[in-house]
Amino acid sequence: MMSAIFANLPALQVILPLLFAPICFLLRKRGAAWLLAFCVSLCTFAVSIALFMQVSAAGPLSYAMGGWDPPWGIEYRVDSFNAPFLVLLSLMFCVTLAFSYKSVEKEIVQPRHALFYSAFMLCVAGLLGIVITGDAFNVFVFLEISSLSSYILISFGKDRRALTAAFQYLIMGTIGATFLLIGIGFIYMMTGTLNMADLAVRLPSVMDTHTVRAAFAFIIVGMSIKVALFPLHVWLPNAYGYAPSAASVFLAATSTKVSLYVLIRFTFTVFGAGFAFGAMPLQPILLVLAVTAVFVGSLSAIFQTNIKHVLAYSSVAQIGYMVIGFALASHAGLSAGILHMFNHAVMKGCLFLVAGCVFYRFRSARIEDFRGLGKTMPWTMGAFVVGGLGLIGMPLTAGFVSKWYLIMAALDHGFVGFLIIAAVLAGSLLAVAYVWRIVEVAYFQAPDEVHENGKEAPFILLVPAWFMALLTLYIGIDPSLVVGAAESAALSLLGSTP
Amino acid sequence: MTLVFGLFNYWVAMVLMMIGFYILIASGNLIKKIIGLNIFQTSVFILYISMGKIKGGAVPILTEGTEIYTNPLPHVLILTAIVVGVATTALALALVVRIKEAYGSIEEDDIHEKDGSL
Repeated sequence: MMSAIFANLPALQVILPLLFAPICFLLRKRGAAWLLAFCVSLCTFAVSIALFMQVSAAGPLSYAMGGWDPPWGIEYRVDSFNAPFLVLLSLMFCVTLAFSYKSVEKEIVQPRHALFYSAFMLCVAGLLGIVITGDAFNVFVFLEISSLSSYILISFGKDRRALTAAFQYLIMGTIGATFLLIGIGFIYMMTGTLNMADLAVRLPSVMDTHTVRAAFAFIIVGMSIKVALFPLHVWLPNAYGYAPSAASVFLAATSTKVSLYVLIRFTFTVFGAGFAFGAMPLQPILLVLAVTAVFVGSLSAIFQTNIKHVLAYSSVAQIGYMVIGFALASHAGLSAGILHMFNHAVMKGCLFLVAGCVFYRFRSARIEDFRGLGKTMPWTMGAFVVGGLGLIGMPLTAGFVSKWYLIMAALDHGFVGFLIIAAVLAGSLLAVAYVWRIVEVAYFQAPDEVHENGKEAPFILLVPAWFMALLTLYIGIDPSLVVGAAESAALSLLGSTP
Repeated sequence: MTLVFGLFNYWVAMVLMMIGFYILIASGNLIKKIIGLNIFQTSVFILYISMGKIKGGAVPILTEGTEIYTNPLPHVLILTAIVVGVATTALALALVVRIKEAYGSIEEDDIHEKDGSL
């Protein structure tokens, strides 16, 4: 029994949430649906930890889905690059569910709760599938599963603008996914295979053709839409801003990272760094866009009136840092980028959880709602300050670690490196501006008379928020675990290229 | 001539793709946007199905004396993509219904005037 479970861990990772999502919907009862989802999330987390241990002990793991050997069948492949992502995704799955019981109760009308949880589980299943699969077409299928369910999650928002945000995301997301489909079609046309490892073997002989170049361009542009890389980020602020709090927490922490994962996976594992950064001008394009994203995102964040929009625009900027690391294409740069993907997920998760706590009390999360919250909701604001310091990149927080590694990586790149360092530092200063605006309102202004009843958020909402805040501090103080994971991930990516 | 007729399917796919993309961007009506999206996706389906065709290839069923078969895999792939396309369209239409209820309009400009979204 146990050995059967261990032999099929990669399949279980995706099957568990995928299978229980419809069952969750059939349960109909709010409590039962939540309990089932939470149990599934704990199992998923256990599976991801087991996979992570297995991979770090014994190296990459290949699983032939349905017993069909790769490259003919669909292969699930867990290596040191995607194993940490599985852990991150299932961790966020647990944390968000712990948070959602109370939060969803307040934000979504009663009969739709089971629906919310099943859409949420489908979204997680899709993201886990994207990360774990070693088959290019399978990526597209899982991408659409996760995208469709995240459109649903966003449209659950109470504000009517959630609907238009979901529609806009649907249009842009579908364009992105279809671009990916075209790209995969082109490389399939040239090589006759869909398995990523097999593609990496067969592509070099046909590399110098317009078809492969077009395929590469389609995949990069398509995934850049899903990553929300400037200037393709327009769907993101409203989608995160108007989604229900629980959905924004999960999507902000994971969905863009998973898309960036696909981008990195295709660039390094399938096409190879030599092609992407040698034959194609990927580096200058990405660097320019990423640096612009840092500035545009941070500047827009300063002028927002809704805290969820502040955080969403700050995500656009933070994605810029990740892409800078990725575009440097060196071992140090890539590990800094991957490191920032984890750290940002933790910090942004924490901040959106805080926004959810405030939303729970005030039914909105405008900046003026934060007046005096330092006094009335000290624990909530405490977590916010920790997450905010992380975004700025203060020492002893997770954000400092990844920015430090990013700057160290940029130092190897001469003049361009100095420009990047300048951009990172300027971006951090802008982050001080938008975080300080909220901190100032919370700690130095008197509470509103109307909102005198603004009590501390319920304990059960504070636990996940503080869990993420403490994780931010822990990574800031002892980054060895995350740094080690990111460095071995970068090594496995660069090692697999010819 | 082979450039035009030999690659006829690919030309059609490309033209359809651009038509769909144009409707998607230029049209202010949400339903028309969905139609554009559909045309755009369908063009990719045609692209895939065309690449499965092999000159002189038989129906991909094992029979005595046949050497060359058409490639069935792209067709199977596109069957999945069609399902995805249907689901996307259904969801988009459902959203449009909700948008119509909330805003009383499905024109981008009207919705933008009301609260600046879209």
